[in-house]
Amino acid sequence: MTDSALAPSAMAAPAAQRRDFGLKRRHASEARFRFYGITAIVIGLAFLIILFVSIISKGYTAFVQTSITVPVEFSEQIIDKNNERATDPLKLRAANYPLVARNAVAAFLGIDPTDKAAMKAAGDLVSDSSRVQLREIVQADPSIVGQTRTVTLLASGDIDSANKGQIDLSVAEANRKVSDKQLELLNQLKEKGAVSMPFNWGLLTFGASSRPESAGLGVALIGSLFMMLVVLIVSLPIGVAASIYLEEFARKNRFTDLIEVNINNLAAVPSIVFGLLGLAVFINFFGMPRSAPIVGGLVLSLMTLPTIIIATRAALRSVPPSIRTAALGVGASKTQMVFDHVLPLAVPGILTGTIIGLARALGETAPLLLIGMVAFVADMPQNPLQPATALPVQIFMWTNEAERAFVERTSGAIIVLLVFLAIMNITAIVLRRRFERRW
Amino acid sequence: MSTGWLIAIVIGIGAVAYLMAAQKARGLAAAADRSKGEVPHSLPAYHGWFAFILATLPAIALFLVWSFATGFIVEGKITAEVSSRIADPAQASLAVGIVHDAVRALEALGLTGDKVPPTFLALREAASAAQFSISEAGADYMVTLAAEVSNDHAMYRIIGQILVVLASAGGAYFAYRQVRLRLRARNKVERVVLSTLVVASTVAVLTTIGIVLSMLGETIRFFSEVNPLGFFFGTVWDPRFAAAGSGGSEGQFGLIPLLAGTLYIAAVSMLFAVPIGLMSAIYMGEYASPKVRSIVKPLLELLAGIPTIVYGIFALITMGPFLRDLSAALAGGTPFIQAQSVLTAGLVMGVMLIPLVSSLSDDVITAVPRAMRDGSLALGATRSETIRRVILPAALPGIVGALLLTGSRAIGETMIVVLAAGVAAKLTINPLEAMTTITVKIVSQLTGDLEFNSPQTLVAFALGLTLFVVTLGMNIYALYIVRKYREQYE
Amino acid sequence: MSLDIASSQASAPRNAPPKMTGDKVCVFYGAKQALFDVDLKVEQYSVTSLIGPSGCGKSTFLRSLNRMNDTIDGCRVTGKISLDTDDIYDPSIDVVELRARVGMVFQKPNPFPKSIYENVAYGPRIHGLARTKSDTDEIVHSSLRRAGLWNEVKDRLNEPGTGLSGGQQQRLCIARAIATRPEVLLMDEPCSALDPIATAVIEELIDELRENFTIVIVTHSMQQAARVSQKTAFFHLGKLIEEGKTEDIFTNPKNKQTQDYITGRIG
Repeated sequence: MTDSALAPSAMAAPAAQRRDFGLKRRHASEARFRFYGITAIVIGLAFLIILFVSIISKGYTAFVQTSITVPVEFSEQIIDKNNERATDPLKLRAANYPLVARNAVAAFLGIDPTDKAAMKAAGDLVSDSSRVQLREIVQADPSIVGQTRTVTLLASGDIDSANKGQIDLSVAEANRKVSDKQLELLNQLKEKGAVSMPFNWGLLTFGASSRPESAGLGVALIGSLFMMLVVLIVSLPIGVAASIYLEEFARKNRFTDLIEVNINNLAAVPSIVFGLLGLAVFINFFGMPRSAPIVGGLVLSLMTLPTIIIATRAALRSVPPSIRTAALGVGASKTQMVFDHVLPLAVPGILTGTIIGLARALGETAPLLLIGMVAFVADMPQNPLQPATALPVQIFMWTNEAERAFVERTSGAIIVLLVFLAIMNITAIVLRRRFERRW
Repeated sequence: MSTGWLIAIVIGIGAVAYLMAAQKARGLAAAADRSKGEVPHSLPAYHGWFAFILATLPAIALFLVWSFATGFIVEGKITAEVSSRIADPAQASLAVGIVHDAVRALEALGLTGDKVPPTFLALREAASAAQFSISEAGADYMVTLAAEVSNDHAMYRIIGQILVVLASAGGAYFAYRQVRLRLRARNKVERVVLSTLVVASTVAVLTTIGIVLSMLGETIRFFSEVNPLGFFFGTVWDPRFAAAGSGGSEGQFGLIPLLAGTLYIAAVSMLFAVPIGLMSAIYMGEYASPKVRSIVKPLLELLAGIPTIVYGIFALITMGPFLRDLSAALAGGTPFIQAQSVLTAGLVMGVMLIPLVSSLSDDVITAVPRAMRDGSLALGATRSETIRRVILPAALPGIVGALLLTGSRAIGETMIVVLAAGVAAKLTINPLEAMTTITVKIVSQLTGDLEFNSPQTLVAFALGLTLFVVTLGMNIYALYIVRKYREQYE
Repeated sequence: MSLDIASSQASAPRNAPPKMTGDKVCVFYGAKQALFDVDLKVEQYSVTSLIGPSGCGKSTFLRSLNRMNDTIDGCRVTGKISLDTDDIYDPSIDVVELRARVGMVFQKPNPFPKSIYENVAYGPRIHGLARTKSDTDEIVHSSLRRAGLWNEVKDRLNEPGTGLSGGQQQRLCIARAIATRPEVLLMDEPCSALDPIATAVIEELIDELRENFTIVIVTHSMQQAARVSQKTAFFHLGKLIEEGKTEDIFTNPKNKQTQDYITGRIG
């Protein structure tokens, strides 16, 4: 208690009777309550951190890929023994390119060709995808046959894992995917400077493959891109039109009530139900192709519609009524008022909502599983009617693969997905900040 | 002429109609004698749009109707021909599919008239060379039929295209004739715009109807083969051996174990998410300084932006193995928590639900008027007393609504449980074991190459309808509560 | 445990030092200053009314008397406010205890969405003033009686407080405030949301409560200030312009601005 100069007669004042309010106990309970709150937040944040750390620590290595650079002899003996390539183009297609690759590695390391085990180990160092790679080199320039050229080949998935130190070497040799002989050869290659770890462009460009080192997100990215385009083309105009009607024209009655209830419900219907709808209506009833981005896009459009409608209505509502009365006051019709004045002012809000809706659609998996987007698609789709997969579906499919390298690719693909989502959400935030208007 | 070109031509006609009508209206307006009260009703542009709409909309409508109608005619022709040869409906529908493939192959390869392969085998070879795969179970009559159908297609298409172009031109001409000084072109155009808006806003209703009808249709087909009682009350889920017609299949499609798993996992996730979400919302709203709030709130909302597949994989490769190893270490060897378990799925789903619970309860709590808070604080209540004794009781209906919405999300969640809960449909009360859910089974019944008309696939729609009805009920009730609650304080 | 404590307070000498004292009180909302150097004494067992045009700072001053301004982000108070001899902004002062001693009634009736009984029992419960059910009953009953509400609600104590009429709700809020037996009762335009009949009832009540409580009331009605208060302070643009005995202020204001206000020229 401060002795106050303002209360000179303090002594005379009857000090109010002190009552016991149980302050100590109550402040302790207050502190406890606060502590619960902080604990809750810490738990939430801890999971966020664990989630990101676990994904990134498992996935960042997917962005580099062990490669082996060796001089390859395009031996005529192996590729085209009888010199028929001028007459039979299939000859160059069907040649035994893995043997070419194996011999290249073996020759580089100086392995005795009669040592069968060593030769096999040498062949297993290189990915099976070298078949395609070498074939394309030869087909592009058949005159190369008989010559030697330095080529960078992908290492096989298990060797890639071993090189990244992801294979537990304390396990008995018989129980692990990489033999001691292979490790020895790998180390010899490393000493000779033939092993490199370049950025793994293949992760972003390759199609489906059963071998991790040549499996990539190319088809999935294009499929997702097609789907996002379909979602944009379908749900943005419909969503904006519906919002304009509900917000600017509709009188409140049974019909608009029904629509409102429906929109709110669609926003909360489990996504897998939309997949069933897509399967039953688009594929079985309208006979659209399975696995096609157009069907996926339509399903996702229906899911995104409520998000866009809710955001657009909020944006329209935030345009002050004075703008409307001003427009009507100069004799504009209601349609002119909406399209000339209100809608342009609501555009930033609509765009923000659309981007957020698209981001949600990009990460959606369950409905796509039902319309057959879990397909093994190795060739790039040229249009939205051709089979494709989607980014999250590709991630899901990779989880079913056993190899260690696929675990890494799964996490790597998640990082790619999260980067796309981050870009979209940041764009939305920047848009909102930039164009936010205070009336 | 492809459909794309046809539409381009129609739009071209519309554009010409626009220009001509606008030009005519402009001429009329210029010639009008305003002193006699001759004032144009609408701007030339509205006359133009009026003409554009008349030139395009009816033509496009005609195109759609024509496509559907001729499609049905052709379909009827195929079905009639096939079913006159094959009695068994299942076989017949298979054959119809093959004919469709054959038609597609013929049209893609441009084989008409003499170039049509004489036998089915020849067609198949020609098709496979062009990367078209056709089932081998076809017969030669199908080739003839397919050739006829593809001829019909071509004929109908040409007739249709001529009709559509004529309709478009006719509409344009009619509109051009209509253009007068006092034509209420703007009102007419606006009425079309408004109708478009109304149609767009019914899409939401149509989607709901589509969901209900499509699932109801397939569910009825399912119940025509499987006893509904066996589905709703059966305790055994084992669809593999319940091939159609094998008899004694009732009980194999038991919903109970799936429903139990679904509710159990949802309950575990709520048990985890509700206290954390609610407490963090309270702390953010009532205690945190603006600075802390501006950092922590978006961070927690990040959790809401992460796709569920990511949570699923987190459960699969991090959380599950961690819990298993932890239990193994605790028990000294044998793990008592399985990597795929109710606990793993529930825990990870709980993390996903934290931001949802948090933002919903934040909305609800901030809806409690400030006067309540002030009234309690002015009596000398501490913040926590105010929250626990005044704000939370006042917000209770809203919080219940929020929890219902969260629960319906938990029940309908798919990817986390697909990856983390397991596929074994069993009834257990041990949360450390694997259980499966309705959504997992919908996915597993519909992925892979399954015969589409078998109960094994149709059951997915019955499951989906069950899921839809349950979540719909929860959502509607929750929205009703929340709305009532808001009104109370408005 | 009955309300007799009030009469024991009433026995304090009439010439007691001021119950509350404001000394150079300034209040800031962020960078904006809402109150400038207000010096005001609040006498014990009397009604002090604060008048002035809207936005003049009278409510702000009232809210700083029990530190309700603390609940507003960015609000800052300088100067000194004492309750008896205690500086209420001193760090050693517990705001919970302060608000138990200085109660408050708000402009709009704000009963909790609980029963009438629970509304009144809330304060005694949280402060641990009633140990048993019968203690609580007694406090609730006597508070309702004192607030003049008893006869109207005695048969429906378990019905929600929000179901009462506006005037009854406000009297319920007064009952709720006096149930914790505060020394000072702050009232922020308690009648502005009420009809004239309910207003008259409340005004009568205020006059009765004066016996046992020190009351500070903010009002925008000069007639009300004249009817219920012994002392009046006139605020304008965040400054205390004039204070004094109510009859002096209304019949013989010293300040030109005060005169303009009470004759209706500003406000």
